[in-house]
Amino acid sequence: MPAQLNANGGSLLSVENVTKAYGRAPRRFVALQDINLSIRAGEFVGLLGPSGCGKSTLLRIIAGLNPPTSGQVLYRGEPVAGVNPHATIVFQTFALYPWLTVLENVEVALKARGVVRAERRPRSLKLIDTVGLDGFESAYPRELSGGMRQKVGFARAMAVEPELLCLDEPFSALDVLSAEALRGELLELWTSKAIPTQAILMVTHNIEEAVLMADRIVVMDKDPGRVVTALPVRLRHPRQRKDTAFQALVDKVYAAVAGRTEPEAAVSGTAPGQPGATEKLPAARINALAGLMERLNADSGQADLYRLAAELKLELDDLLPIVEAAELLGFAQVAEGDIRLTPLGQTFADASILARKEIIAGRILRQPTVRWVYETLLRDNDQRIAEAYVLDRLRDEFGEYAQAQLDTAINWARYAEIFAFDDDTGELYLEK
Amino acid sequence: MRPFRYSPALPQTPPFTVGDGLIILGLASLLYLGVRLAISAPAVVAGPDISLSPAALPWYALLSTGRMAAAYALSLLFSLVYGYAAARSRTAERVLLPLLDVLQSVPILSFLPVVLLGLSTVLPQGLAAELAAIVLIFTSQAWNMTYSFYQSLSTIPAELREAAAIFRLDPWLRFKTLELPFAAMGLIWNSMMSWAGGWFFLMAAEIFQVGARDFRLPGLGSYLQTAANAGDLPAILGGVAALILVIVLLDQFVWRPVLAWADKFKLEMVAGEQPPASWFFDLLARSWLLEQAGRRVWGPLTEWIDSALRARGQGGPIERAESRPGGGRASPAALVAGAILALALAYGGVRALLLLRGVTAPEWLQVGQGVLATFLRVSVSLVIAMLWTIPAGVAIGANRRLAALLQPVVQVVASVPATALFPVLLLALLRLPGGLNLAAVFLMLLGTQWYLLFNVIAGASAIPQDLRYTTALLRLSPLERWKTLYLPALFPYIVTGGITASGGAWNASIVAEYVEFAGQAAAVTGVGAVIAQATGAGNYGQLLAGTLALIITVVFINRTFWRWLYGIAETRFRME
Repeated sequence: MPAQLNANGGSLLSVENVTKAYGRAPRRFVALQDINLSIRAGEFVGLLGPSGCGKSTLLRIIAGLNPPTSGQVLYRGEPVAGVNPHATIVFQTFALYPWLTVLENVEVALKARGVVRAERRPRSLKLIDTVGLDGFESAYPRELSGGMRQKVGFARAMAVEPELLCLDEPFSALDVLSAEALRGELLELWTSKAIPTQAILMVTHNIEEAVLMADRIVVMDKDPGRVVTALPVRLRHPRQRKDTAFQALVDKVYAAVAGRTEPEAAVSGTAPGQPGATEKLPAARINALAGLMERLNADSGQADLYRLAAELKLELDDLLPIVEAAELLGFAQVAEGDIRLTPLGQTFADASILARKEIIAGRILRQPTVRWVYETLLRDNDQRIAEAYVLDRLRDEFGEYAQAQLDTAINWARYAEIFAFDDDTGELYLEK
Repeated sequence: MRPFRYSPALPQTPPFTVGDGLIILGLASLLYLGVRLAISAPAVVAGPDISLSPAALPWYALLSTGRMAAAYALSLLFSLVYGYAAARSRTAERVLLPLLDVLQSVPILSFLPVVLLGLSTVLPQGLAAELAAIVLIFTSQAWNMTYSFYQSLSTIPAELREAAAIFRLDPWLRFKTLELPFAAMGLIWNSMMSWAGGWFFLMAAEIFQVGARDFRLPGLGSYLQTAANAGDLPAILGGVAALILVIVLLDQFVWRPVLAWADKFKLEMVAGEQPPASWFFDLLARSWLLEQAGRRVWGPLTEWIDSALRARGQGGPIERAESRPGGGRASPAALVAGAILALALAYGGVRALLLLRGVTAPEWLQVGQGVLATFLRVSVSLVIAMLWTIPAGVAIGANRRLAALLQPVVQVVASVPATALFPVLLLALLRLPGGLNLAAVFLMLLGTQWYLLFNVIAGASAIPQDLRYTTALLRLSPLERWKTLYLPALFPYIVTGGITASGGAWNASIVAEYVEFAGQAAAVTGVGAVIAQATGAGNYGQLLAGTLALIITVVFINRTFWRWLYGIAETRFRME
């Protein structure tokens, strides 16, 4: 682990052994496990990871919105209890009050801090001016475009002059052009030190965005949410996306996020409810998987994951489950940010629909959850069981993800014609 | 008007729980308290003299509106406090929500006799009747508003809450900038529904009289009744006209402007295609005087309130987004209060049971027969209502031009409370064979069909155009068309309309099944008649038995039949 992770001395904020878990013993779900992280003054940290890795939860714990289950957050050496008054958040969905005008949305942040009316107005107007929204003071958020709304979000955050600015995927709800413009504007404010902010922590699932903006990228993984590595970004601002150094770093981060799956035998695990971990099904539809296989087959059986995502216009979060499914079924292998078809994957891509169903059927019956449902159905007299029963058992294993796991299992099994779900009766039944 | 589903609030709970039993017991002991007081109620209660002069109408209209306003103010206050308590504390939520759920399915009008008798022993006559009317309207208005407010509070998006916490809004500022605005839309729609429903109960309260006990109140309701009694057609017309005028005026000068103003509280981030319009609101919004008042008085005043409350709350903890108080142990004071309440409930329940023991077998038989007869009447009225509202609603809802033309008319007609027209109905129907039976079903129909009609219209206009086209392209026969498209698509709307409609019909039975008209009393078999006659005769055991039987029956039907249908509607027939 790089030395920066445990940096001491000039750190503005440090997260020490933070764990966050929900629920109790059999259904306990660990969102974050033993997180250690520190942020120095003057640093822009990017927090990157697949969805479900708890990065947004970590951000909220750092801001003091949620308490950790164990461990602590130190701000300037003092434990944080309750909402950190020196931190603020810019939200993914902007979190503006739709019934307040642009001006009122900014003003309310100052009002809550007891700034008198006479001072509030000019300060708010100046901030709105700074983010380039002058003329829109009396507009309601619904009259603004997404990019402009987020500008209000930034203006409101800056109104309270935070030392630590937390950004929760602030650009992901914007269109491409607005997002790029806003990134540039934020970077300019930050690098020119036009704002009194001491440090920025940005949660994102966009690798390029992290490489473009951050000084250090902390990579997280899920099940349980944990920090896997941290990569320094030593490129000078303004950074150029076309630079080879930039591209090389993007590839490196991609490899860190996507290239760590393990061989098949090691992950399958035990049936749900049995001792030992059960491997999770990635939330991918078989049709999407088939599309990916065909695409790879046409592309000489191999592709750079990052470029593939860009060409398919898929976000990392959308592509990764499909890649995981391909690995799980033995159709592809991922190494160093590249995905490569296996002979089986190639056969699948070339096969007719009926042959594909057979291949899938053969492969998914090795997966413990699907096999367990299948065997339970086989043992049943009329080969129908209530969904509620299956869900109950799965909940012991997967907690709140049980429904999603079952949905995926049903989607796969339906494709393979192994078992299906009758919505009217709420039962799973064996295909004849 | 945009399609709006008048949906009752139905939390997903099992049909019957221990909690329900406790709540029914609580109601029983409250009823016992009322009956206990009622035993010393005066045997003769003199009613007011109602003048039929047209000059008296403005005064009566004012009195009726005043009662409505008082009850509404009470309901709003109750909704805010109760809803807030339920949403903020988990302990409170566990008690308050099931209570609300039973209260909103109880036929409120069944309380009227007990409340009237009880209050008239402790208060002067006029005041008791006034208070009873207000309490009755309150109990008809409060529950859905409360539930709407609670539901809004608990569905505030997490990020808006988190923003409030991270920007350190104190409780008052949070209430003002987040919670109340977020809940405003639902609260206003429910207020309008409550207000419309309130007229029904007000009219019922204003004309209530049994035997020598005349509990009538001077107002539009009693004016209409007196006019019908006297067969005075000009006065009847004048009364109805005054009532409609009041309703239209309130709509134009209160509800439309409020709705237009509240449009900004919509959460949607897209501008609506057809925001609610109000000429009066536009007029006010452009007024120089109001603008000045806003700037010089309202602005500084709210500023002062905000800072005063902020100073008081200074240093108080800013709530974390996640935590909700009440997970821990109850305080000793709460435990003591709970224990006292439990004891009181137990005592009241036991006394109520003792009183019920005095009810003879024939009297119980009467109650049972009554419940059955009323059930039949309610069912008949529902079936009739469905038979005409479903085709009519589809015709209106599927045709934009017709909808634009008929909606306002239907709204005005529907806003006239059925109870106000009841005396007029009697005048027309009582001489026919089975007249009162006919009139009773008619009253139930009048009071309930509108909910169904509105829901069907809303449902029909929500059917996606693509589905209509497909149905047309498939050349389905009319019967097939109904089976494959309209009935499934309308099912959820019919069910929600039906729930409200059946509640209304049960309520109507109290005034519909026993009447005194032109100096003569007439009654049909029915639980409403049993309750009314027991009130008149001072048979308090039977009064309690009838009221309880009615409450339990209705709660039971709601919990089993309607909830079952509602479940099917939510899962099978949801349009996504």
